[in-house]
Amino acid sequence: MSITILNFLIGLGIAFFGFVLQTSIAGLNRKIVGRLQKRVGPRWYQEFLDIFKLLSKRATSHGWIFDFGVIMALGGIIATAMFMPLTSTFNAFGTYDNFFIFVYLLAVGMLGMAMSASGSGNPWASIGVMRALTTMLAYEVPFMIIILTIIKIAGSSLTGIQLYQQAAGNNWFLIALPLGGIVGFISLMGMLGKKPFETYIAPAEIASGPMVEYGGKQLGMLFIMHEITVFIEVSLFVHLFLGGATNIFIFILKYFLVYTLANLISNVNGRFKIDQVVTFFYKWPLILAIVQAFIAIYLGWVI
Amino acid sequence: MKSTKFTPERNISKAETDRKWWEIGDFFRRNSLWLLMYCTGCCAIELPPAMTSAYDMERLGMGPMATPRQADILLVSGYLSLKTLRRLIYTYEQMSEPRYVVALGSCPINGGIYHDSHAVINQLDQYVPVDVYVAGCMPNTEAVMNGFVDLMEQIKNKSANGWKKYHDNYEWYRQNQIQSLGEVDVHDEFHD
Ligand code: SF4
Repeated sequence: MSITILNFLIGLGIAFFGFVLQTSIAGLNRKIVGRLQKRVGPRWYQEFLDIFKLLSKRATSHGWIFDFGVIMALGGIIATAMFMPLTSTFNAFGTYDNFFIFVYLLAVGMLGMAMSASGSGNPWASIGVMRALTTMLAYEVPFMIIILTIIKIAGSSLTGIQLYQQAAGNNWFLIALPLGGIVGFISLMGMLGKKPFETYIAPAEIASGPMVEYGGKQLGMLFIMHEITVFIEVSLFVHLFLGGATNIFIFILKYFLVYTLANLISNVNGRFKIDQVVTFFYKWPLILAIVQAFIAIYLGWVI
Repeated sequence: MKSTKFTPERNISKAETDRKWWEIGDFFRRNSLWLLMYCTGCCAIELPPAMTSAYDMERLGMGPMATPRQADILLVSGYLSLKTLRRLIYTYEQMSEPRYVVALGSCPINGGIYHDSHAVINQLDQYVPVDVYVAGCMPNTEAVMNGFVDLMEQIKNKSANGWKKYHDNYEWYRQNQIQSLGEVDVHDEFHD
C-alpha cells in the first residue's frame, strides 16, 4: 500500500486522541485515589489544567542539549504513538504495525529524555536516569520472553495478534497464557513507573529524578510526553493480552480498567530500592516467563 | 467607499491581546498551584492535615512538588534563621516565574516570639516579596487553607505581583540581603 499525507494526519490524530484519553483517565484516577483515601479529590480535568499551567509559565534553560532533548523526547513519542492501532480494523499505516516498531521508536523518546536530563547537569537527574535504565533492563527481560512467545504463536503484527485472539476458538492471551499475563502486567507496572517500581521518580528520595531541573514549558512538554508514553504502553498491553478491541468503546473500556487496576495496586504499595527492583524482576517474573514459554512452545499447551 | 455590509474590523492592540492571554494563563495558574514547602518552622505541623483527608488541598488543584523549578508557591512555614534565609533566597531565585510566596505564622511578619533573637530574621518581606501572610502562632488549618484561597483570589484580580516587585526593586532587596548575610551568590552551580 502507498503512504499518503492522509496516513500521517490520521497518525497525528491517534497521538492526539491518546493524549486526550490518557490525560482524562489520569485525572479520573486521581479522583478515584482521592476517594480511596477518603478525600474529595481533584476535578477530573485537573491534569489538563496542570499541563496548560506549565505551558503558560516562564522557564529556565540549561543549554541547548537540555532543550533539544525535550523536543526529541516529545517528537519521538508522538512518532511512536502514530503507529498504534486503536482497534483491530483501524490504524494509521495499514500493515506497518509490527511490535518491533514500538520497541525501537520508544527508545528514541526515552533516550531524548535521558540526554536532556543529563544535560541539566544536576546529580539527581543522572541518578534518576541511571535508575530508569536499570529498571528498564530489569523488566524488559521477562517481558520480551513472553512477547516472543506470543509472536511465535500469532505473528508480530499487532493487528494480526488482535485478530488471532478474536478468532473463534481462541482465547485472550491473558487466559491462554495465564502465567504470561501475570508477567506482562507486572512488567507493565514497571514500564509505567507505578509504585513498587517507582524507584527512578522517587520524589522524596531523589527529588523526582530525571525531572529535577525542569520547570515551566519544558516540564509541560515532558508531561505531554509522559501521557502519550502511558497511552502507548497500556494500549500495547490491551492489544497483546486482552484481545485488542473490535470498536473504540471496547478499547476505551479495557484501557480504563487496565490503567485503573495498575494505579490502585500502585497506591497500596511502598517503594522498592533499585537493587530490590532488579532482584525482583530477575526472580519470579523471569521464572514464570521461562516456564510459560516452555509450556507454550515446546509442549504446545495453549489453553 | 466603506461597505456597510460588514461590521468594521476591530483593531485589537498588542497590549490587549497580551492581556487576554495573560488572563487565560491566570485561570490555569490559579487552579493548579504547586507548593514547594520550606518547612523549617513549627508552623509546618499544620500542613499534613491541610494535605490529607481532613482538608484535602488537592480538590483546589494544589499539591506538593519536589523541586523549586517545578513549584509555583514557595511556602515559608515560620521562623527563618540567617542560615536558612540564604537557602531560601537561592530557592526563590530558582523558581520559574510567575512565582508566589506564602508565609505562615507570625514569625515571618514581625519575628513572633523570636523577635529578639540574634539568629533569626524578623521581617521576611525585606528579603523576598511575600504575597500572602497567614497570621497566628500557629495559624489554624482553616486559616492556612483560607490563605491559599486568598492567593487564588489575588491571582484573579492580578494583585499577586510579588515576583514583579522583586524584579523592579531588585537593588533594594539585594541590599537588604547583603546587609544581613554578608554575601549572596546566586549562580547556576552546575554550569560554571
Ligand atoms: S509563628 Fe509560632 S508556630 Fe509558627 S514558626 Fe513562629 S513560633 Fe513557631
